[in-house]
Parts: sequence; structure tokens; C-alpha cells
Amino acid sequence: MFIQRHGKGYWILHYALLAAFVIFALFPLFWLLKVSITPNDLLYGEGVRLWPSRTVLDHFHSVISHTQFPLFFRNSVLVSSATAACATLLATAAGYGFSRFQFRGKYLIAALMLITQMFPLVMIVAPIFRLLKPLGLTNSLTGLVVVYTAFNVPFASLLMQSFFDAIPTDLEEAAMLDGAGRFTAYRRIILPLTLPGIAATLGFVFTAAWSELLFALMLNSSSAASTFPVGLLAFVSKFSVDFGQMMAAGVLALLPVCLFFVFIQRYLVQGLTAGAVKG
Amino acid sequence: MAAIQINALCKNYGDVAVLRSIDLAINDGEFVVLVGPSGCGKSTLLRMIAGLEAVSSGEIRIGGRLVNDLAPKDRDVAMVFQSYALYPHMNVRENMSFGLKLRGTPAARTDAIVHAAAAKLEIQELLERKPRDLSGGQRQRVAMGRAMVREPQAFLFDEPLSNLDARLREQMRYEIRKLQRDLGTTSVYVTHDQIEAMTMADRVVAMHEGIAQQIGTPAELYDNPANLFVAGFIGAPAMNFLAVTLQDEVQRGDGSHATVMIADQRLGMVRRPRSDLADRRVTLGVRPERISFCDPSQGLNAQVDFLEPTGLGTIVHLRLAGQKIKVFTSERVTLRATASVGIAVESDDLLLFDPANGRRL
Repeated sequence: MFIQRHGKGYWILHYALLAAFVIFALFPLFWLLKVSITPNDLLYGEGVRLWPSRTVLDHFHSVISHTQFPLFFRNSVLVSSATAACATLLATAAGYGFSRFQFRGKYLIAALMLITQMFPLVMIVAPIFRLLKPLGLTNSLTGLVVVYTAFNVPFASLLMQSFFDAIPTDLEEAAMLDGAGRFTAYRRIILPLTLPGIAATLGFVFTAAWSELLFALMLNSSSAASTFPVGLLAFVSKFSVDFGQMMAAGVLALLPVCLFFVFIQRYLVQGLTAGAVKG
Repeated sequence: MAAIQINALCKNYGDVAVLRSIDLAINDGEFVVLVGPSGCGKSTLLRMIAGLEAVSSGEIRIGGRLVNDLAPKDRDVAMVFQSYALYPHMNVRENMSFGLKLRGTPAARTDAIVHAAAAKLEIQELLERKPRDLSGGQRQRVAMGRAMVREPQAFLFDEPLSNLDARLREQMRYEIRKLQRDLGTTSVYVTHDQIEAMTMADRVVAMHEGIAQQIGTPAELYDNPANLFVAGFIGAPAMNFLAVTLQDEVQRGDGSHATVMIADQRLGMVRRPRSDLADRRVTLGVRPERISFCDPSQGLNAQVDFLEPTGLGTIVHLRLAGQKIKVFTSERVTLRATASVGIAVESDDLLLFDPANGRRL
């Protein structure tokens, strides 16, 4: 193999660029945290400082005990988890089908799925509302799960298909000759190898549903079925914005997503199929 | 263990015919090699026996039972894939016992069978390893072990050695053949390598363009090829083909004979082919190792083009009456390019083919 050798300058530049990117990406999160622990009296009084001279947890306390945020938070967890589960289940089945079978209309269906991704969602809010209203699915978490699942399945299916495509068909054929039916071969051989893909898809759908605002806002008029992005808007009133509480709510909202990724990150590690075929 | 019968088997993908009416009877315990260039349909035929490809028409019987519409799992055959197809998330032991577990074999018995197979293949110390930690040759053995433990009706091999280096391939060739002989399991082996076909097979099926061109023992295919394809495909260095004419027919006790002429040089006498030739031009096939050097005044006159020493011997490229011809000799020859040499061939070694359809005359 060809080994490249670089001077010190190369590596300094290399890490400087990486550091610049990481700082750029993480700075908003840092600012979120910083504002959430800055007392209200210092927020405007101290000007722009990297770290306030005094920190408090008051904003967190008032968000948790004096607002409806815990309810929104619970709603978001329910909706995002249910959406991630439903969409991934459907996408896994669809992706497997697209990857392994030849059938009439396959490319038409794939094209239609892609087309659904091209619409600005604003265009279809009204029709969706008209569809869901008579079904009693407005002002309901179930309604949100249905809509989010429908919108995430096409992309998630294509994502899952690419993971299935990466697994050699030889493996399930070997399992079928070993005495497994197609489903057993799928469950015992293909599924364990697709866990990274399933984890990635779960993560993708979960975060998409977690941060969705448009439908959560338009399909609900009651706070009982509101999710946290809608809740965040409540901190913006006609005359002022309560930045401290808003940021505290934002920090709290980040937690489940972080936990979720901590949980699935070990499945995200690729290379599980190494050694399956040829060396 | 079982015999496999294939009757008038066809496979079409849309309008494209991949297999055209294959008939093949594989005896119980026989080792049959399907050989041919890529795209000849040999792998498709194997996959149809395995149940991985649907049958377009015709029938496949394993042990007398019609299996056309049986799922692969119900055919009781085991397959060794070119890629080995070891389950990457299972260790060697789990890979080998997977099939037994699916069939509900008790754990203690499964363990005993796996150990016995591992001992036979000398892979006991690898049982706890994952496939990614094995070398190519070790993976190959595990794949063999996975096929063995189930004691299937037949082994199917899909180019199992093509991912190995030349030396290991030679060793595994011998080991697979020896193992098969010990177990006595009916085997169908697909390869594009005619050396593998010749060295391993009880019988060879030479395939080309979806047709079984010739079925026979390695010696039959080598000595008596049915057509130009088989003659050219089997044997290395490949058979020489020369455009020749038949002249001066004479009657002898055992039939009509003709003289084979290349330009104005006489190659030898052959029995006159029975079929009527439009003209007397035919294609002559002669194996490079059946041509010998002789005194230029007695044999045919040829000019040396260049030499290819192989260690085992030398391939001498010659020009004979403007046509290219190769001679293989086990002697160390020291000939200069453009030197004139004399060559001679026994009449028995002259094979005639119809240039129009390639059939043996």
C-alpha cells in the first residue's frame, strides 16, 4: 500500500480546520447552554460574554414547574418514539423488498416515493388537515404519528435498501440451503447484519419527528397534543421573548436525542459484514 | 446421497435463453464438474439444482424426487459458494452448526458432529473465531465443514477455489476431491478452470452458450472432443487448429481414407469422414504435445516464431505454411527464431472438424 507522509505543517492545518468546523457546529449548542444558565438580570446587562459572571438554574426550575413543558416533552417523546418505530418497521420491510426482489412497477414505486420528497410541505398542510379532521386525527398524537410516519417512510426505505444492498445475497442463500425459509434467513442472518442500518434509520426518523414544527403547529389547536417545538413558541409573546426559559427548554429537549444516540451509537459502527465474503 | 437427473432443463430470462434443454444424469456418489467460459450457464444450472433459480421448463430430480418447485431448504443439498458466504456475526462453531440447529438436532449431537467435521478438516482450533479472523484457505475449509455436517444428498460447489492463490488452490483441489471420495457424496462442481475440471471430475460437462457441448470422462473430452469448442477449451496449451484440405482418397480394407494436406505439404492419412463435405476444406485439430520434432528432410517444414519455456517443458510457436501452430515438448530446446525445423504427427492424433458448424467429423 502507498503510505503518504506529511510534514508537521500539514497536520497543524489538518487539526486547525477540524477544530474550526467542530467549533462552528457546536457553538450554537454552547450558546443555548450559556443563555439557559444566565440570570435574567445579567442577560442584557453584561453584554456579549462567553461565560456569565454568575450562573443559576432558575430557568430550568421555572420551565419544569411553572409551564406546560413537561407535557409537551412527554408528547414529543411519545410521538417521536412511535414514529421512529413505525417508520423503521415499514422502511425495513420496504427496503428489503426493493433490495431483494424484482417485481413489476418497482421503479415506478421508487420514483413515486422520491417525488413525495420534492413537495414543500406547506403545500400539503391544508389537504392533510382536511383528510385528518373527519377521522378525528387532528388535535391528537396519533394523527402526528401517522403523518410523520408517512413522510419519513420513503426516504427511510431508500436508506434501508442501501443497507440491504450492501449485504451479499449469498448469505441468505446459504442460510436457505442450510434449511431456513426466507423469513428465518432474514431474521437469523440478515437482520443482525442490518442493525447498524436500522439504528441509523431509527435515529434519522426520531430526530426528524422530534424537531418537526409545521404539522405539529397546524394540526393541533389544543396544548394537550402539542409537542415541544410548539411549546418553545409559547416563550415568544407579543411583546417579549423569554430567552432564559426558552433556552432551558431547548437544553432539556436536547437530552432525549443525545440519550437516543448514545444508546444506538454502538450499532452505528460499520464493518460488521467484514469477513463475510472473500478476504 | 442420491442420484440427480436433469431432463430437458431450460432457463429463460425474458427472451434470453440461458440454458437450452440440458439433459444430465448424475450417478449416486459421482463427482461431476460443469466447466465452461463465463456466461455459459453453468452457475445458473447449479443454482437451479440448489433451488435458488426457478425452472423455466424441464425437470430436476434428486434421489428420484421431483424438486422443481421445492424450496432450497427442502431439497437437502448443501452448497459451497465462491464467496464462502460464512455468516459474519457467528463464529466458526455457530456457522457450522446453524443448519443442524434449524433442523432441531439435539445440542449434544450437534456438538459431536461439528467436532468430528472440524477434526476431519483440521480446523478444531478455529471453532471460536469469527470469519473475519480467518485466512482465505481457512474460510474455504469452514465453508466445506458447514456443508459436510448436514450429511446432505448432494454437495454443490460454485467456483469454490477461484478466490484462492494458485498454490492453495492446488492443495484444496486435492483435499476437496479426497474428502468427497471419503464421504461418497454426490457432487456437482462448477468451475471455469479446465485444469480443475480435468483433475477433479469423474465426468465433465463442457458447457457453452447454454448447451451441454459434451459430457464424458476427462480423458474422453481430451482425446475425443465432440466439437471445436470442447477441443479448444480443454487442454493447456490449447489445441492447434489448422485449415487443411482432404485429397487423394484411397480405399483400404477398413474403409475410405484421405490425405490431409496443408498448402502443398502432406500431414498424414486419415479415415475419410462419412459426412459429405461441400468442398474438401476442413479444420484440423492437433494437440501441441502430440507433435514431435524430426529431421527437416523427413517431416513438415516449419519456421520457429518464438519460445515459451514453462519449466516443465517448452512451448514452441511455429509457422507452418503461413498458419500458426504450437508444439509442446518436454525437452529443453535451444532454437533460434526463423530457424527451420521438421515436425511430425501420428495419423491417430489428427482430429477433423467441420468448419461450418464446428462438429467433429
